[in-house]
Amino acid sequence: MEEILITSQRLDSKACTEAVTFPGAGGIVVFVGTVRNETRGKAVLQLEFECYEKMAVKELKKIAAEATSRWNLLKMVIHHRTGRVPIGEEAVIIAAAAPHRKEAFQACEYAIDTLKQTVPIWKKEFFEDGEVWVSAHP
Amino acid sequence: MNITIQAFGIAKDILSGSTTTLEVEEGSTVAEVKAILARQYPAFEKLASLRLAVNASYVSDDHRISTNDEIVLIPPVSGG
Repeated sequence: MEEILITSQRLDSKACTEAVTFPGAGGIVVFVGTVRNETRGKAVLQLEFECYEKMAVKELKKIAAEATSRWNLLKMVIHHRTGRVPIGEEAVIIAAAAPHRKEAFQACEYAIDTLKQTVPIWKKEFFEDGEVWVSAHP
Repeated sequence: MNITIQAFGIAKDILSGSTTTLEVEEGSTVAEVKAILARQYPAFEKLASLRLAVNASYVSDDHRISTNDEIVLIPPVSGG
């Protein structure tokens, strides 16, 4: 089971946790990726996420389905923010529920690592003196 | 044939717009389309990677493009 959401509204970690809460879920792991105020010692003012939504939803579903089958999850929820996101707010939330904690931890780690490699979402960092698309250049 | 290519992220900056139209030979491969783009916009060659998505899926370089395909340039992704 999976639930995917891409939204320009503020993400809600409580709602994500509730969405994966079941009587059989002995381990619930929720990863929250937030906007950090610096990158390599340079102050970041805010982030902006751009998204090829149709494909991003498809790729996120693929990740959640793969994680669910590989670690025998009860459910995985992935919510990703788009547009401008201020410092400290949530950029991504991944919640995994499994009968035991180990599977939930591993599934969450797999999901965020794979998301960063395959899902067509792009992050721009805004600094005092300019802006940069993250990871664009080697 | 004419194909329309959509762009996101830094690819949009390189094209100076979110779409571009290219004239390519019938049955061109993804590799051929990328080579044409790199000739017209040398900045693409400086990217860490550049993939094409066809109809919302990643495809390999030998994939053949059709006129009605939805083609999207995927520069290095950085979600999360």
